[in-house]
Amino acid sequence: MVAHLVRLKLTLLGNGLRRSAWQVVGLVFALLYALGAVLGCLAGLVALSFAGAPLRSDVLVVAGALLVLGWWVVPLLAFGADASLDPDRFALFPVPRRDLLLGLAVATLVGVPGAATTVLAAGSAASWWSSPLALVVGLVGAVLGLATCVLGSRALTTSLSHLVGGRRFRELMAVLVLVPVFLLGPLLNAVGEGLQGAADVIPDAAGALGWTPLGAPWALAGDVAAGRWGAAGARLVISAATVALLALVWHRALGAALERPRRVSSSRVRTRGAGAFGVLPPTPTGAIAARAVTYWVRDPRYAAAVVIVPLLPVLAWFAGGERGGGLMLAVGPVTAYLLGWAISADIAYDSTAFWTHVAAPVRGLQDRAGRVVAAVVVGVPATLVMTIASLALAGRWDTALPVVALGLGVLMTSLGVSSVASAQVVYPVPKPGDNPFSSPQGGSSAAMVVQLVGSLVLGVLLLPGVGLTIAAVVTGNPALAVAAVAVSLGLGAVLLVVGVRVGAAAYDRRAPDLLAKLVAMR
Amino acid sequence: MNTTSAPVLEVRGLTKAFDRKVAVAGIDLSVPAGSFYGLVGPNGAGKTTTLSMATGLLRPDHGQVLVQGVDLWADPTRVKGMLGVLPDGVRLFDRLTGLQLLTYAGLLQGLERATVERRAHELLAALDLAGDAHGLVVDYSAGMTKKIALACALVHAPRLLVLDEPFESVDPVSAANIREILAGYVRTGGTVIVSSHVMDLVQRMCDHVAVIAAGHVLAAGTVDEVRAGQSLEDRFVDLVGGRTTGEGLAWLHTSSD
Repeated sequence: MVAHLVRLKLTLLGNGLRRSAWQVVGLVFALLYALGAVLGCLAGLVALSFAGAPLRSDVLVVAGALLVLGWWVVPLLAFGADASLDPDRFALFPVPRRDLLLGLAVATLVGVPGAATTVLAAGSAASWWSSPLALVVGLVGAVLGLATCVLGSRALTTSLSHLVGGRRFRELMAVLVLVPVFLLGPLLNAVGEGLQGAADVIPDAAGALGWTPLGAPWALAGDVAAGRWGAAGARLVISAATVALLALVWHRALGAALERPRRVSSSRVRTRGAGAFGVLPPTPTGAIAARAVTYWVRDPRYAAAVVIVPLLPVLAWFAGGERGGGLMLAVGPVTAYLLGWAISADIAYDSTAFWTHVAAPVRGLQDRAGRVVAAVVVGVPATLVMTIASLALAGRWDTALPVVALGLGVLMTSLGVSSVASAQVVYPVPKPGDNPFSSPQGGSSAAMVVQLVGSLVLGVLLLPGVGLTIAAVVTGNPALAVAAVAVSLGLGAVLLVVGVRVGAAAYDRRAPDLLAKLVAMR
Repeated sequence: MNTTSAPVLEVRGLTKAFDRKVAVAGIDLSVPAGSFYGLVGPNGAGKTTTLSMATGLLRPDHGQVLVQGVDLWADPTRVKGMLGVLPDGVRLFDRLTGLQLLTYAGLLQGLERATVERRAHELLAALDLAGDAHGLVVDYSAGMTKKIALACALVHAPRLLVLDEPFESVDPVSAANIREILAGYVRTGGTVIVSSHVMDLVQRMCDHVAVIAAGHVLAAGTVDEVRAGQSLEDRFVDLVGGRTTGEGLAWLHTSSD
């Protein structure tokens, strides 16, 4: 059974690679990244193995505990990232649960993260080469630690799968998980300042973590090297009990998962009446706008494109010096850009549901205008709110007029360019219902070209407005401010109209061909 | 039923190849007005590709599609309002509720809001979806999704309905309801084209049928003409071939030991 499941995992991996060259590239990058990280850690371990035994033990405990924590938490956030060996899929096979358990556990180690963890665990034991007995005990600790990683990760995902598998939860987590990533810069800043103190904290942290299930297996070798036999025995009991308990929890959860397979949906959204369709005008354009507004609210892929917006003032505050400075004034225009550019792949986001437009007598102008109206309904309030907030934070109410005008100009210009882009090319994007941050197969090159060309064109088109606004803000010259407002709004309006018209012509020419591409990507 | 009436849909010499694989190799069909037309064929015969090209969803490599004498690919906006389409294997805007999706389909066809509202509620009731009208389509079962898509194809009262596998994963009661709706629609002058794997269903429901295999039309005409005294299923197997005898699966006969 173990061999079966390991072979299955390898076959899945191999077949995935056969499907697309880009996936090979992805795996190569993942391997290189993991290799770099593993080599870096191994170098650290070598250096550590020449350090004093107490420091070595403390660092290993803290690092090992972090590793275990990562194994436990990351799969919950990135649920569905690798569902190839989802226990649900074995519900129909008469496999003894004990065999399935062992097989799935070993198969979890097949793959980049599993292999890297295995190497590092072995390396942690090897760092005790100077004391053969500690080395042997370290290997036992490494095996227990590895088991804690894998079993804990599996036990948590399996027992929470009914919760984690729900559409709402997945969508919420997928968006929320990115917030700390965006804040990583400021956080690292703060950590860097506190790093001086970190050297003092490590022994205390290790002392505490070493008695928890997270750190106990990694502390065994250090205890033996120092001759603390009692402590070593106690920690061995803690580690072994943890592994046994996790195996038991997983065993139970697996049984439950196999006996009542996950239901498709647990919580249903219900909307009375027609929603946005009852508010916007009952025309094809109005209907398309109403549909798009509904998607802005309900489809996490749209939220994902703009999730960073509320964090922009925070980033500017940390990065821009005194009260965010000039950077803070850019918050409004950047918000406008993100919202305007968010519809640059709108037809790709529709996926094959786009047939609804192609099968109906919808003209390009109606399609383009409807999507722009929806983005305006969302984008104008968002841009205004963020601009006002940034002006308040920066204390620069004197620049309000040109900055607000620039925000609106950027919104109009990027909507115009987006309208052309989304009618010209479709490229693979996360499918409806997928994790909005999952990278679709084979998409990166086309997506990158579109993003690159789009931002270049936008950059050129925005140059006059941005230049005049900066000049007006820096000099405080009223004449320049008037010119900036006029250029931002005037040029933006012209570009929006031109973009929608050019996009509409492209749509009328190419709509069935775009649909054919979407069907082929499905 | 009048088989000599002018064709409401005429397909001439349609071809389509994906990369180098030919999916449709020159198909001609003539669908008389007021007929209930079945399109049958084995998996991969080109049914979906043909119907996609006949409804403006897929651009043919060669050939012509005439709906009431108007060239679809020359004037798509004019023709598409006459068509009601239910494609197979594509998504819907499933973040909308059933009622919203139906409203969307109606408004895209240029109907008045009041008309859409009235028809939407009648369609939801007729297809037994009224209780789920306010639930998201993404949470619907496969059969319910099929039914709401069918409702979307009907909402603007088209002249010609083109339905790709409309009965797939639909429960028997709903299927009977749908058959009755379609039969009533044909009685009052509408024309229906359905593709299906279920020969028995096509034989009972349709008055015309075309058998397609490997991108060609093998036989077309009234159901009685095509089946030539046999059951449609037997005739289909004769035309398409490829039956295996089931020999060599002796181990499956558990009574043999």
